[in-house]
Amino acid sequence: MSFSVTEPTNGTKWFAGLLVVAYAIITLVPLLWIIATGFKSPTDSIAYPPVVVFEPTLEGYVNLFTDRTRATDDMIEAAGPPETWYDEIARSRGTVITGPSRYGERFLNSVIIGFGSTFLCMVLGTAAAYAFSRFRVPLKDDLLFFILSTRMMPPIAVSIPIFLMFRNLGLNDTHLGMILLYTAVNLSLSVWLLKGFIDEIPMEYEEAALIDGYTRFQAFYKVVLPQAATGIASTAIFCLIFAWNEYAFAVLLTSGTAQTAPPFIPNIIGVNGKDWPAVAAGATIFLVPVMVFTVLLRKHLLRGITFGAVRK
Amino acid sequence: MKNTLLTSAAAGAMLAVGLSSSALAGSHATDLTLCWAAWDPANALIELGRDFEEASGHSMNYEFVPWTSFADRMLNELNSGGQLCDLMIGDSQWIGGGAENGHYVKLNDFFDANAIDMADFIPATVTGYAEWPKNTPNYYALPAFGDVVGWTYRKDWFERPALQAEFMETYGYALGVPESLEQLADIAKFFQGRDIDGTTVYGAAIYTERGSEGITMGVTNWLYNYGFEYENPAQPYDVDGFVNSAGAVAGLEAYRDLYENATPPGSSNWYMGENIDAYRSGQVAMQMNFAFIWPGVEADENVGGGKSGYFPNPAGPAGQYAQLGGQGISVVAYSEKQDAALEYIKWFAQPEIQARWWELGGYSALSAVVEDPGFASSQPYAQTFLDSMAIVKDFWAEPAYADLLIPMQERMHNYVVAGDGSAQEALDGLVRDWIEVFEDEGKL
Amino acid sequence: MTTSPIQKVAQSTPDGVAKKIRGLSDRTIAWIFVAPTIFLLLAVNIFPLIWTIRLSFTNFRVNRPNKDVEWVGLRNYERILNDPDIWETMQATAHFLLWTITLQVLIGFLLAFLINKKFRGNDLWTTIIVFPMMLSPAVVGNFWTFLYQPQIGLFNYVIAFFTGVDPASFSMIGDVHLAPWAIIIADTWMWTPFVMLICLAGLRSIPDSIYEAAECDRASKWRQFWTITIPMALPFLMLAVLFRGIENFKMFDLVVQLTGGGPGNTTTLTSIDLKREAFEKWRTGYSSAYAVILFVTVFGLASIYVKALNKVKER
Repeated sequence: MSFSVTEPTNGTKWFAGLLVVAYAIITLVPLLWIIATGFKSPTDSIAYPPVVVFEPTLEGYVNLFTDRTRATDDMIEAAGPPETWYDEIARSRGTVITGPSRYGERFLNSVIIGFGSTFLCMVLGTAAAYAFSRFRVPLKDDLLFFILSTRMMPPIAVSIPIFLMFRNLGLNDTHLGMILLYTAVNLSLSVWLLKGFIDEIPMEYEEAALIDGYTRFQAFYKVVLPQAATGIASTAIFCLIFAWNEYAFAVLLTSGTAQTAPPFIPNIIGVNGKDWPAVAAGATIFLVPVMVFTVLLRKHLLRGITFGAVRK
Repeated sequence: MKNTLLTSAAAGAMLAVGLSSSALAGSHATDLTLCWAAWDPANALIELGRDFEEASGHSMNYEFVPWTSFADRMLNELNSGGQLCDLMIGDSQWIGGGAENGHYVKLNDFFDANAIDMADFIPATVTGYAEWPKNTPNYYALPAFGDVVGWTYRKDWFERPALQAEFMETYGYALGVPESLEQLADIAKFFQGRDIDGTTVYGAAIYTERGSEGITMGVTNWLYNYGFEYENPAQPYDVDGFVNSAGAVAGLEAYRDLYENATPPGSSNWYMGENIDAYRSGQVAMQMNFAFIWPGVEADENVGGGKSGYFPNPAGPAGQYAQLGGQGISVVAYSEKQDAALEYIKWFAQPEIQARWWELGGYSALSAVVEDPGFASSQPYAQTFLDSMAIVKDFWAEPAYADLLIPMQERMHNYVVAGDGSAQEALDGLVRDWIEVFEDEGKL
Repeated sequence: MTTSPIQKVAQSTPDGVAKKIRGLSDRTIAWIFVAPTIFLLLAVNIFPLIWTIRLSFTNFRVNRPNKDVEWVGLRNYERILNDPDIWETMQATAHFLLWTITLQVLIGFLLAFLINKKFRGNDLWTTIIVFPMMLSPAVVGNFWTFLYQPQIGLFNYVIAFFTGVDPASFSMIGDVHLAPWAIIIADTWMWTPFVMLICLAGLRSIPDSIYEAAECDRASKWRQFWTITIPMALPFLMLAVLFRGIENFKMFDLVVQLTGGGPGNTTTLTSIDLKREAFEKWRTGYSSAYAVILFVTVFGLASIYVKALNKVKER
């Protein structure tokens, strides 16, 4: 790297680094507290005053993945000695495990709906963004603003008709319904972002391809798509973060079959009131996929957020 | 060509087999879905239900929704004619809407045919969970889970001689189970901010929650006992002067006084779960809560095993009442499996199943169970449960109950927690809101 | 916009050949590419919106399926606009919007500015800072209630540690004066990274050559900051404000889990109020009118804002 006059001095770097690291540490505290709570016993989790040093246990994770019931003596007897380590944890609380909890299902639903809608959103969004970027679309600016405006609606505002509409179409509480819904909500963002990326790809590439005898479609997926890959990846992060974490629609439109994890996690009830360690464990596990996804694609994160719209 | 024929023939045969087996399944084994709140008793019900699955061959699915969104979700389900639930253990206040909007199946004929007699159940639970209109023999549910607001207290703290002596000196009577709401307030204030074993503790955890039904379920325990009435006993839906009577105002003021002076800081939006947490973590000397938590308190490592005692809501100047909780079990009218659902109710109503239900931590509403000589001594809280069930009163169970509940929540929370206006203004406002609802409903 | 080079190529090619080269006409392709998006948006966003508008003129209630639906004209709108409580929730929303945006833009920009100094490991720390925004807002709201509990939460103890006040002496979500700040703090914690990322993108888009030129002119760092950095990054800042503004105007999940709108009505934002009207009171017609009013408000404000943004961009 060549030094230029704009390169900050070492002192400045140190100072800037110090401040940023300080902020990062402060901002991490609540997050670490959540993760730590997942490894506390129920008693430690609500200790008064709160405890920082505690004996870690997997009870929260056991409780997250199982349903338990308080056991009477004859039930304990009938169940015999504990067979597994998680049985043992449950027994130590005077409960027996009655089966797996719904968390697994909810998590799977989140995966299906989150990734499904992100994928669909990328397909539709890239196509639409390409068209807006390259072709004369009648009323283009109005359409673009229209697309953005669909994001301005509070979910609650349209949830009643959506609820009624989904009910008539049999889409209530289905994966397909939620995928379509999240795709629609995310489309505005992705079209705007992707248009910015595609605008930046020089048209000369496609022209050359067209003259070489490619069809428009071929030019699109053989020339434009690879060029837009980073943009698509970064847009996908934002779509996924939204779809993964969405709560308002999920709580209103899903129940038994298609409910995702966000409405489920805050309400995990143990055998005695709210099970904070299990809630924390659920939140921690739920954070992992989107975190991994983001860390893998972090190089594109910055580009993603440029909202190409502003670029030109 | 031959191949295709063969495959289609095979497919046809398989289809036929599939059809016949599913038809068979229809008449014998059914997948039933039971909807209830996600809480401790629900786990016990799963355990109890295994017996039904074995006996009937049906299999049970459960849809449990957390209390704070239980009403939203389930009423949504019922209002949309959803078929998610075949059996619904709906909250007591839903019975009016369930009956009048046709969500629940009327059970009179079924009860008659199967010799299920409502006289065998605790009278308050029949009125509270099963009847609509109230006090008429029209049944839309079988009392399933008896519940009532009562109190848990730290017996180990109450029994400390030093505290007892100090209390006697300050208030002139012995520290023990309060005989009146005033005494309860005294005790709560006595403990408020007190240092016990090195930590600061507080008086009482009470309901203040705003989003669902919390503060209403709490404040009514004061209102009833100070003279609040839902309506003119002589004229239904006549609320002015009864809801906002002088007694009601005094009761509401007393509740606010308790909130201000004898509850833990930050307890501004607390309901069942938060109260349990506060009590278990040793923050408070007493907690108001529904009886369902008592088995859990007994089993708790911090406060269980004899450290806790239980008492019914104490009397006030106008009598002794306690807010009714609990639910009846109903068959959802939109279900296509009503026969199997009725079978479940028939099974559930059996005395031995009810006895087992109590054993697992479910509060049976069957008189035979609670009147059993061994009942009162079966658990430390059993007698308190019986005493409490004898003094219950419930919120409106009108079809418009949700419309009546929301202004109550807002008015009570805004006065008690946020300190908006006066108690008189809050109750006057409530009267106006309720009259409006009744007018909308065509009751006035 | 000028005619694109592709179109020029297309125009200069005879029709038959063009068809062969391009397979389908541009118009058809544009249509195929845009149609699914437009269709989905129409079906899932616009159609329900129209339905909402229709319902807003009725007294329909979802929980009274047997009751006749009547047209009530503008009565719902009149009732809403004359309801003082709704103005209260609007004020609460405005307070929330103003402070979250201000804090997030200030902190976010400062962070971006510091990170842009390219100290060693800045990539790693940027990624770490971004973590909170990956959590589910409902879970965040839920956990902050826990953190804010004066007895068992961490927040009061941390404040107490640094200031020496008694942790039990204040309650972030129980106090009518502190609760509006409680939701602002939680939202700022969660979403400052988002603003930071936008600002960072803005700062990185400024070519070094401009600073180099300024350096040659012997402009001070301070002057460079105000005459180059801020104006060049302004469109990004404005975009951050737009996105946070829209998102926080709709704010529901985090706050509903955190305070439930209380104590009193102090944190009852419009979305929470709307949810109560629509899904607790089941006043479908009334809440539809409410929704339309909210939508018109945010749409109007956003259109004005986007115009301003475009002007800044063109400069």
